[in-house]
Amino acid sequence: MSTAHTHSAPHTTGHAHDAHDHHGPEKGWKRWVFATNHKDIGTMYMLFSLLMFFIGGSMAMIIRAELFQPGLQLVDPQFFNSMTTMHALIMIFGAVMPAFVGLANWMIPLQVGAPDMALPRMNNFSFWILPFAFSLLLATLFVPGGAPAGGWTMYPPLSQQNGTSFPMLIFAVHLMGASSIMGAINVVVTIMNMRAPGMSLLKMPLFVWTWLITAYLLVAVMPVLAGAVTMLLTDHYFGTTFFEAAGGGDPVMFQHIFWFFGHPEVYIMILPAFGIVSEIIPTFSRKPLFGYDAMVYATASIAFLSFIVWAHHMFTVGMPLAGQMFFMLATMLISVPTGVKVFNWTATMFKGSISFEPPMLFALSFLFLFTIGGFSGLMLAIVPADFQYHDTYFVVAHFHYVLVPGAVFAIMAGVYYWLPKWTGHMYSIKLAKVHFWVSTIFVNVLFFPQHFLGLAGMPRRIPDYSTQFADWNMVSSIGAFGFGLSQLLFAYIVISAIRGGVKASDKVWDSGTPQGLEWTLSSPPPYHSFELPPEVK
Amino acid sequence: MTDNPLKQANRKLTRQLWVFAFGFFVFGFALVPLYSVLCDITGYGDRTQLGKASAFSVAEASNREVTLEFISAAPTVGEWEFRPEAGNMKIRPGRLYEAKFYARNLRSQPVIAQAIPSIAPLQATQYFHKTECFCFTPQPFDADQTRELTVRFIVDPKLPVNIDRLTLAYSMYDAATQTAQAAPVTPGA
Repeated sequence: MSTAHTHSAPHTTGHAHDAHDHHGPEKGWKRWVFATNHKDIGTMYMLFSLLMFFIGGSMAMIIRAELFQPGLQLVDPQFFNSMTTMHALIMIFGAVMPAFVGLANWMIPLQVGAPDMALPRMNNFSFWILPFAFSLLLATLFVPGGAPAGGWTMYPPLSQQNGTSFPMLIFAVHLMGASSIMGAINVVVTIMNMRAPGMSLLKMPLFVWTWLITAYLLVAVMPVLAGAVTMLLTDHYFGTTFFEAAGGGDPVMFQHIFWFFGHPEVYIMILPAFGIVSEIIPTFSRKPLFGYDAMVYATASIAFLSFIVWAHHMFTVGMPLAGQMFFMLATMLISVPTGVKVFNWTATMFKGSISFEPPMLFALSFLFLFTIGGFSGLMLAIVPADFQYHDTYFVVAHFHYVLVPGAVFAIMAGVYYWLPKWTGHMYSIKLAKVHFWVSTIFVNVLFFPQHFLGLAGMPRRIPDYSTQFADWNMVSSIGAFGFGLSQLLFAYIVISAIRGGVKASDKVWDSGTPQGLEWTLSSPPPYHSFELPPEVK
Repeated sequence: MTDNPLKQANRKLTRQLWVFAFGFFVFGFALVPLYSVLCDITGYGDRTQLGKASAFSVAEASNREVTLEFISAAPTVGEWEFRPEAGNMKIRPGRLYEAKFYARNLRSQPVIAQAIPSIAPLQATQYFHKTECFCFTPQPFDADQTRELTVRFIVDPKLPVNIDRLTLAYSMYDAATQTAQAAPVTPGA
């Protein structure tokens, strides 16, 4: 098991396996363009996601630089609106989702003991769509009228009035959707059909479980988004009137359809994070996960509830009281399974022998800060309060708390957890801890003051603001610059570990108790792993 | 590699998932009529009721009298004089009434005003129907001009019996001064 790229039988099986028809990776660019290996495709997804994280992050820096002081200093308002819109689209569809799909590609076959994803060619296709989708989206920055500026939610009629960028946006969303659907189908088929003998559903690692449920959500709601944006397109170019009042349509209808996609989408971006954290906390607490079955059922309950709460994004459109009550109570109900999860993670640590390696630090930060985001979500769920908070910075603070120290920190925790397994090299623990502390401090400096701004009435998506909001905006911007810069350290740590470093052991976290089939393989795992399925007892 | 059972199973599940995805694509479009059907069944967001409200006519409740109080407010000191003609009036639900307010622009320049109405108690709001109101549109005033402003209304006899006193309040604001109107709006920084 000397290097990753020579063929060797999987570590666990111990069988002498006659597999001389299998080869290592192709040389040069063909390895990547024609990739069908789940590890290669996973790597490409992760690196693509990292690139998009920095592009979307640069846009966030422009936003925070403009908001550093009241008044218009750096960019004109139209471009500012493009930045908020593009930042959201790129971070959601380009950074967070591909990162999770990349993790799924790398880890699901290793965790269920499968030789590869079930549909390797579709896997290649679903990745290679993404560079085209995002080239199309980013190209809108250079067309007449500029990039989309009507918000990532694409509400009509504003989204249709931005000139040339509109059809490009729609087609980019179609491509992203197609990529996600194919990725999700691949995950479902792999998990349902490719598990090692003996691995029953309730023996699967939680990362696999959360991804299975996420994949079903994706297959259900991405087509609805595709339908919604198709209706936008036909309304604008082919004379249909789904959302045009002049022809009997209703613009609010778009919001209903969009959020039927949009709310499950926010769980698509958090359930795999739950899975990652559920892997990491037991390892570094040196205890098995508390309440495994409850975790699975809680995940499934959250997924179910996500389909019946969409209208809490649009309480202010004017809904009958009974509708508001239903969506308020259903939304608040989500805090029950989520509370079960937070309780179980805490109970896993209770009386555990905890150590604070970088993955654990990020997982703990996730646990605290995601819960804060959950609480502000509960506040927003309360209809009479929501009328006050709606479209203010409070909402911005809420969803950034659940997405940045929530989803993004969980992804970073996962990367720090499995990176030595992928590359065979241990990264610099010291630098990773520095990265953790600067990220955690600055992310709070960045987003916590936005709660205050929102409660004080500062609207979101504005390039200029009244002077009473000046101080906290400046604090928030300083936090943003600090957080943005500290991510360069993350890129440095990851790239250094890819290029070389101290050899990682097979279990990587020898002092902890990492569970799962991936730790039975060498670090890095052989290019073709588990060609003979391992036995799971 | 011939088709082994695993490949067949994978293909079958993949096909099923594509059908599932396509089904949800269709469902996205089906949501358009589904929402309408849902609203028809439950009566939520019923547009026909909006039509009814604008063509309001009910029998007068002859045996009931409700006191309607008038309040006027001009939040910016020294810019408006604004008062109702009478402090209150007794009304019968179901009958059309008219009330008058007086407003005087105290400044030496023309101003466009906007009055914002409010009904108390809140539960009575849906039973108070203004058929015509100076608050529906911005009201232009010349320098130092005094004008009489009219509101016509019907109180629905379905007004809950425990309510025997309503308050109709208006606040008078500047919608735009003539000078502000003349200023061109420059887009961009």
